[in-house]
Amino acid sequence: MRNFVQAVIIGVLTGGVYALMASGQTLIFGIMKVINLAQGALVIVGAFLSYSLFVHFGIDPFLSILITTPVLFGLGMLIQLAFLRPLRSDDAAEMSLLVTFAVALGIEGVLTLTYKTNYKSIQTSYANKSFDVAGYEISAVRLYAFALSLVALVVLYLVLERTRLGRAIRATVQNPTSALLLGVDSKKVAAIGFGLGAATAAAAGAVFGLVYAFNPNSHYDLISRLLSIVILGGLGSIGGAVVGALVMGVASSLVAVFGSPVWSDFTFFGVLIVVLLIRPQGLFGTTLRGAS
Amino acid sequence: VTKLGLVRGAVFVALLACFPFIVHAHWVLNIAVFTLMYAGLASAWNLVGGFAGYPSLGHAAFFGAGAYVEAIWFHHHSIGSGYLPFVALPIVGLVVMVASVPVAWVAMRTRADVFAIVTITLLFVAQTLAFNLRSLTGGSQGIGIHPPPFALAIFERPFYFAFASILVIAAGLTFLTSRSRMGLSLLAVRSDEDKARGVGVHVTLAKLTAFSVSVWLTAMIGAVWAYYVTFVYPQFAVDPLITIAMVLMTFLGGRATLWGPILGAFILAPAQQYLAYTYGASRLYLLAYAAVFLVIMLFLPRGIIPSLSDRRFARTRRTILAAANAVAGEQVEQRVPS
Repeated sequence: MRNFVQAVIIGVLTGGVYALMASGQTLIFGIMKVINLAQGALVIVGAFLSYSLFVHFGIDPFLSILITTPVLFGLGMLIQLAFLRPLRSDDAAEMSLLVTFAVALGIEGVLTLTYKTNYKSIQTSYANKSFDVAGYEISAVRLYAFALSLVALVVLYLVLERTRLGRAIRATVQNPTSALLLGVDSKKVAAIGFGLGAATAAAAGAVFGLVYAFNPNSHYDLISRLLSIVILGGLGSIGGAVVGALVMGVASSLVAVFGSPVWSDFTFFGVLIVVLLIRPQGLFGTTLRGAS
Repeated sequence: VTKLGLVRGAVFVALLACFPFIVHAHWVLNIAVFTLMYAGLASAWNLVGGFAGYPSLGHAAFFGAGAYVEAIWFHHHSIGSGYLPFVALPIVGLVVMVASVPVAWVAMRTRADVFAIVTITLLFVAQTLAFNLRSLTGGSQGIGIHPPPFALAIFERPFYFAFASILVIAAGLTFLTSRSRMGLSLLAVRSDEDKARGVGVHVTLAKLTAFSVSVWLTAMIGAVWAYYVTFVYPQFAVDPLITIAMVLMTFLGGRATLWGPILGAFILAPAQQYLAYTYGASRLYLLAYAAVFLVIMLFLPRGIIPSLSDRRFARTRRTILAAANAVAGEQVEQRVPS
């Protein structure tokens, strides 16, 4: 029982971090119907930026987010404008999938040249601190990370619900054609939406770098987790992404405690396969492009 | 079968067969071996990624699985040395194929997007398995295979012919696919799966067949590769770069064409090997790959061969139209009373 509760606590904290990354991913899908395979790489970019700011300028990772978020927002817009917008063939969906994959590789290449392939981690003064709550150990970094993810998610929610831009984005998600007819500049929305999705990678990256060791290669691992979460939650649903992330976090943490840490990596794949078998549209998703 | 196509195929096979007897430099042969390997891989990918329009991003997993099956078989129950491992190839391919079909079935229940997601996840799962099933795969230590006992002077030859045979088989299957009901079914799936199902195409059967054949070929190539490099490490056997190479070469040459993947491989593989020899920094070509990939996607999205035949078609059309106009013009002139 003790182990169980401890595992659930860790799982929820981990899930919170993934929730932030996955919501960026699913937002991009919702707006553009593009599966962004570069999301994992963008998170790693965020992690490396925070790492550099911490190592060279001593800026705390939680503060560095204020700098990295605009950078990643710009990078996301750039990717959309330079590589995704010009695609105009019949199978733009398939092409954009592959283009984002190429972008991910390019990012990995640049990061490998800049930072080499050694594993890095952001070692803050509070890296090994932990709180003791009712006899359960809660790592300080993970708790802060979870709190930050929540804050970022709330900000994202407010942007989407309370601003004019957010309304335009939601309209595009619901029905691109009607939104266009009602005067939403869909091209601008797509670019800004991609930027927003990428911007979530800044906070997520800082947090990821605090909790885990990472290298330029880590994005394959991340992207497979993120995609499993997004499919579990239902592609395009931000609420679904949050719930999916928490479920996956708790599930893999339970497997790590009661099975072995090695197998917890496979929880994601197992859940992904089960979801596709039972409910291909995910928990909160509408029916996928042609899903049977 | 057109006469020109037959001649083209025969010349290609003849050139392939003669090459190792004309060229003896080991470094050239080494590049040739890898070029044929990639040509085979791209042709295999084309069956499912090109014809059916299901872009698999996890084919490196099947390549790696083939390599591991070969190496493990070798290690635990010696398959014998010399040419015997080549004879065992179809079985290695079958083993990987049988293991992969259930996953493919699940992944293909939904559409191309989700299929791509499952396959990229599969890549990661395969790599993690290779690292962690230590008793079977040796973990990060890798598994060794006894160096093949071929004479040094002709060391590359058996591998060259093994890859060449697989390439010819792959090309033959591609040709059969493009000329059969099967190919039509796949192209129908690619353009509109629901409509295809509606008019009575056995959608699932077509997709799974294409996938299985593709995996079978990929795994065999992986097995030959394992025997050639004699050492299988997780990070090289299940390398995302291999997937990328397959996709890239197919896109460069032209999807759903017979010669496209081969042409793409013959352009990119030597370039990649040559760059790796001269500059060494293998991770530099990650960037080069990404750049080439983006350039192709943006400026040549249909690939070389379809673009060329488009141009030829447009030219023929122009000549015919010009001729027709000329004739029409003459007729008009004739009708005008002078």
